[in-house]
Amino acid sequence: MMTRKELDLWVGIFAVIGIGAILFLSLKVANLASFSAADSYRINANFDNIGGLKVRAAVKSAGVVVGRVGEIRFDNGSFEAVVALDIDGRYQFPKDSSAKILTSGLLGDQYIGLSAGGDSANLKNGDTLKLTQSAIVLENLIGQFLYSKAAEGDGKK
Amino acid sequence: MRDTVETSNLVEVENVYFGYDQRQILKNINLVVPKGRVVAIMGLSGCGKTTLLRLIGGALVPDRGEIRVAGRVVNRLAAEELLALRRKMGMLFQFGALFTDMSSFDNVAFQMREHTHLSEPLIRNLALLKLQAVGLRGAADLMPSELSGGMARRVALARSIALDPMLMLYDEPFTGLDPISLGVIGQLIRRLNDSLGATSIVVTHDVAEALELVDYVYYMAAGKVEFHGTPDEVRAAGIPSLRQFVYGEPDGPVPFHYPAPEYRQDLLAQ
Amino acid sequence: MTRIAELLRALGARIVNTWIWRLGFACRFLWLTLKESGPSFRRFHLTIREIYFAGVLSLVIILVSGLFVGMVLGLQGYDTLVRYGSSEALGVLVSLSLVRELGPVVAGLLFASRAGSAITAEIGLMKATEQLSAMEMMAVDPIARVVAPRFWAGVISMPLLAALFSAMGVFGGYLVGVQLIGVDEGSFWSQMQAAVDFREDILNGIIKSLVFGIAVSWIAVYEGYDAPPTAEGVSGATTRTVVTSSLAILALDFVLTALMFRGQ
Repeated sequence: MMTRKELDLWVGIFAVIGIGAILFLSLKVANLASFSAADSYRINANFDNIGGLKVRAAVKSAGVVVGRVGEIRFDNGSFEAVVALDIDGRYQFPKDSSAKILTSGLLGDQYIGLSAGGDSANLKNGDTLKLTQSAIVLENLIGQFLYSKAAEGDGKK
Repeated sequence: MRDTVETSNLVEVENVYFGYDQRQILKNINLVVPKGRVVAIMGLSGCGKTTLLRLIGGALVPDRGEIRVAGRVVNRLAAEELLALRRKMGMLFQFGALFTDMSSFDNVAFQMREHTHLSEPLIRNLALLKLQAVGLRGAADLMPSELSGGMARRVALARSIALDPMLMLYDEPFTGLDPISLGVIGQLIRRLNDSLGATSIVVTHDVAEALELVDYVYYMAAGKVEFHGTPDEVRAAGIPSLRQFVYGEPDGPVPFHYPAPEYRQDLLAQ
Repeated sequence: MTRIAELLRALGARIVNTWIWRLGFACRFLWLTLKESGPSFRRFHLTIREIYFAGVLSLVIILVSGLFVGMVLGLQGYDTLVRYGSSEALGVLVSLSLVRELGPVVAGLLFASRAGSAITAEIGLMKATEQLSAMEMMAVDPIARVVAPRFWAGVISMPLLAALFSAMGVFGGYLVGVQLIGVDEGSFWSQMQAAVDFREDILNGIIKSLVFGIAVSWIAVYEGYDAPPTAEGVSGATTRTVVTSSLAILALDFVLTALMFRGQ
C-alpha cells in the first residue's frame, strides 16, 4: 500500500511528463512559438482570384515567413477577394510592395509572396497593397494554351 | 402524529409492511427493543430478518408502517437528519465488509477521519483503543486480505464502534466462524453493549450462541413475527416450527422433502 | 400476424427495459457524480490516489504502444510517400495522423481496456462485498468518496496520456524515418512544424481526448456501480465497460472529426 507521499510523487511525475508532452507537441511539432499575433499589423490586398489560399497561410518575403493570412473576404462591390495579411511588427515594407499568390512545390499549399517595392514610405496598419497578382488557375492556363495554339494554327493557314 | 416520542425503547417497529413487486417480504411486523438490551432476531434464511435490519438502519423504506429509533421516525427523516442518526449507529456486516484498500487501522479510523476534526495523534489513540477492545491492537497494520475470517470480523466490529454508537446492528455475526472466534464475538457483543451503554440487535440463525447471549428473542417465519420472549421461554416454547428451529430437527413444519411428484411415478417415468 | 406483433412487442420491451432504462439511469448517475464532486477537489488526495491507479499505471502500455504505432507509421508512411517523391513529408504524415486521430483514439481505447475495466471491477467488487453499503451506514456517501474521485481521475489522465502517446509516436516515426531509413532530418521537422497547427490540430486533439476521457470514465464508474453483486455480474460489467467505451470512442471520434475538420 503506497504512502501518500509516494502517490503524490508518482502523480506529480505523471503530470510533469504529460504537460511536457503537450508542450513538445505544441512547440516542436506545431508552430505555436513561431508567430505571436500581439505585435503585428494588418494590411489588405485585393485579388481577382485567390485560388486555394486559406486563412493562416504563410506570408513570405524572400522565402522567409514574415506573417500570416488573417482573414479572407469577398467584396460585393468590386467583386474581388479581399485578403487581410497580419505582418510581424519587426518587418516594414514600402508602400508600393506587391503581393503574389504562389504555390509551394508542385502540389503544395498556396501562400502569399511579398515583394518589396522602392517607395521611401512604409505600409502602416490598415493600408492596402496596390499591386497584386492572382493565383494561377490551371483550367485558365490550359484554356489559354489551347486558344493560343488554335490562333497559331489559323495564322499559319 | 408527533415525530419525537419519549420512551424507554430505543427502537420501535410498528405495523411495518415491506415487499417488492413480486413478493411481500415483511407483513405487519411489530417489535420493540428496550434501551441497553441485546435483542436477537432469528429465523430461517429468507424470513426477512436482514431486510428488517436494513429498514431499521434506514437503508430501505417500508411500504407501510413506522420505524422509530430514539424517538425519531427513521423513514421520514430528511437526508441530513438520517446522516446524523447514522453517526450514532454502528452496523456489522455479514463478512465484515472491511475496505480492502486500506489497513485495519485505517478502517477503524475511517469514521473518525470522515466525521470529526480530531487531530491525527488523538485519532491514532482512539483507533488503537478500539482495536485493543477487540484484542487486535497488534494487527493494526495488517491489510484485510491478510486477516483470517474471525479477525476480519473483529476489526469490522472495532470499526463500527469507532464513534461510540448508541445502537449496534449485527447482520449474521456468527456465520462461518470457528468455535473460538464464535465465543469471542459473542463475548464482545455483550461486553461492548454493556460498556458502551448501547443497545444491540443481532440478526442470526445460530441458535446456541444467540440464546446464550441475548436478553430477548424475536422469532420470524415467512415475514411475520411468530414468537417473542426470553431465551428460556424460547427453549420451552410449544410452537412446532419454533421447536424445529431451536432443536434443529430435520423434519417438521418445515418439511425435509422439497415438493415433488409421487416417488413411484418419478421412478417409473420414461 | 400475432407472431410479428409479439416479436415487435418483445423487441420494444427489450429496448425500453434495458437500453433506455439503463441510459436514463446512467444519466442520472452522472448527474449525481458531478453533484457530489466537491470532496474530489477539496480533498484532492483522494483524486490523486485514483490518478495514480488509472493514469500512472497506464503509462507503460501507452508509451510502448505509442512508440510502436509511430514506428509503424514511419515505415508504412515512407513506403507510400517515396512513390510520389514526397518522402520529406513523412514528418507531416506521422504527426498529423497521431495528433489528430491516433493519439486520442488509440490512447482512449487502451485506457478503456486497462484503467476503465479496473475501475469497473473495483467498484463492482466493493458493491458485492457490501463495502459501499457499509460506507452508507457510516454516513459517508459512496458516490462522493469512491465514484467521483475515480471519474475525475479518468478525465484528468486521458489528455495527458493521449499527448504522451502522440509524442512517443512522433519520436518513433523520427527513429524509423530519420535514423533508420535516412529521411532528411531537417525537412522531417521543418515540414512538420509548417503543417501542424496548434489550434486546428493540437488543441482539437486535446479536446477529443477530454471528451473520450469523460465518456470512458462515465461508463466505467456507472457499470461498476450498477453491476449485480455476483462474480458473473462483475465480470459482465467489466466486459461491457470495455466494449461500450470502445464503441463510444469510435462513434464520438467520427462526430468530433466531422465537426472539427470539415472545413479543411
